[in-house]
Amino acid sequence: MDTPAKTSSAVPPRAGVGLKAAHYTPILEQHPDIGWFEIHAENYMGAGGPPHRYLEAIRRDYPLSLHGVGLSIGADKPLDQDHLIRLKRLNERYQPGLFSEHLAWSTHDEFFFNDLLPVPYTQEALARCADHIDQVQETLGRQMLLENPSTYVTFEDSSMSEIEFLRSLSERTGCGLLLDVNNVFVSATNHGYSPEDYLDAFPIERVGEIHLGGHARDQDDAGAPLLIDAHDRAVADPVWMLYARVIGRSGNLPTLIEWDNELPSWQELFAEAQAADAILLQDPPEQQHVAR
Amino acid sequence: MSLAELQSGFIASLRTPSAAAPESLAAPAGMRPNRRFNVYRNNVVVSLIEALRSSFPVVERLVGEEFFKATARAYIDHEPPRSPLMFQYGETFGSFLDAFPPAASVPYLGDVARLEFARLTAYHAQDRAAIALTHLSTLPPEQLGGAEFQLHPSLTLLTSRWPVFSLWAASSEQQSAQDVNLDTGEDVIVIRPEYDVDVRCLPSGGYGFLRALQGGASLGEAAEQATQTTENFNLAHHLEGLFGLGAVCAVELRNSKQ
Ligand SMILES: [Fe+2]
Repeated sequence: MDTPAKTSSAVPPRAGVGLKAAHYTPILEQHPDIGWFEIHAENYMGAGGPPHRYLEAIRRDYPLSLHGVGLSIGADKPLDQDHLIRLKRLNERYQPGLFSEHLAWSTHDEFFFNDLLPVPYTQEALARCADHIDQVQETLGRQMLLENPSTYVTFEDSSMSEIEFLRSLSERTGCGLLLDVNNVFVSATNHGYSPEDYLDAFPIERVGEIHLGGHARDQDDAGAPLLIDAHDRAVADPVWMLYARVIGRSGNLPTLIEWDNELPSWQELFAEAQAADAILLQDPPEQQHVAR
Repeated sequence: MSLAELQSGFIASLRTPSAAAPESLAAPAGMRPNRRFNVYRNNVVVSLIEALRSSFPVVERLVGEEFFKATARAYIDHEPPRSPLMFQYGETFGSFLDAFPPAASVPYLGDVARLEFARLTAYHAQDRAAIALTHLSTLPPEQLGGAEFQLHPSLTLLTSRWPVFSLWAASSEQQSAQDVNLDTGEDVIVIRPEYDVDVRCLPSGGYGFLRALQGGASLGEAAEQATQTTENFNLAHHLEGLFGLGAVCAVELRNSKQ
């Protein structure tokens, strides 16, 4: 079989955006200078049709990152083997440079609750998540990245911090981490801790990708601010500041702009990616003041 | 509390709108985090309503946004998704609407939902190349009667006692469905031979003919049945339409099937 010429699989340490059907045409027509695209795996699990045709065309020109939203790694019950096989096939077909999933659960009994539900940070949950990550990495034959969640509640039973939990999982399974800086800001605000302290303590050497997205504002039961991980608007200023702090510590990393709801035009989304690139690609510190 | 108990309790509260936040949650400042927990409840319902809205835009247009939301909420409660593939969610939405008392005054809604779901299914179906009508002339004429057709994997046939095609077409073109005469039923074929999903109203006799072919009847058997049930059934005319839509992917002659 002919294999169409493909761009290298490796996702570069630049900005990318989440690929949306509404943007297929402008991307193929304008061929924008952007590092890579991320796809939600579940949107490409149909047998055929336009989603695959467009994705094939885009993959010829850009590296991809495969991001699952439905595997339910934090569920007590076993992973859905059919779903795991579908992921394996997508991984083989599109050869993404990165594969990631969430520290969350979304299935229970036979039902799927289309959201990322919170995991208690207990030894039992740690063991279960580690088993599931082992299975995923074995089936796909590659390393996965695990993403830190946005949370609105915490559990009585939690016996370790989120960072301890993520670090232990990464050490036990060899998985990398996906650091969602907006999720850090959302969770830190919601639970009243310092996002800077969290980021400074994060095992940065294990991070393979960064997410940036927009959040909405609400209030909790006591009238305190409650931020919602809505992915429906531009990245907020404090999140950009935290991002620059992370990059200062980690060096350049592949960085995704996540915008899933209330979709912007392609131009607006591309501008967000360029804003991230401006932070990533800026001159080394000693030359900075000279140039501007 | 075990992880299993914690997750069962979490889901039980999630699925009961009037329930308080689960016991397993920490209570910041001594306050039961009901509003906080509600974010999850809300995320689940709102995201599923959005999924149904994007899959059933014509149903929504026919009943209006508010009614659609209330209906979607009832459906989600009755039949939550069983798969993380959102484009497969809503397969039973049509039959739910058939039996949903508040929608009784819009009796064709279920059929419109089935048509919209067939479009979605066609969009994601397996790709396969179609063959042209001229292919038939390359086959030995005496064997054509025994030929079996392999139809396109994206194809769905629908029959309705309502003018489901006209209702769908009027609403999807932003016209009003109110001018559609509700007296006659319509049969519909949904197919995606290339990029675009095609929805067509079938001529008289077409539905039975295609159903027979789909069920494995030979061309001769299907045509024979159609001739008996449909006055002036014109086989050539139906074949032209069928091949013209890109609906036939292969023709197998029975005696060469071993
Ligand atoms: Fe994220």
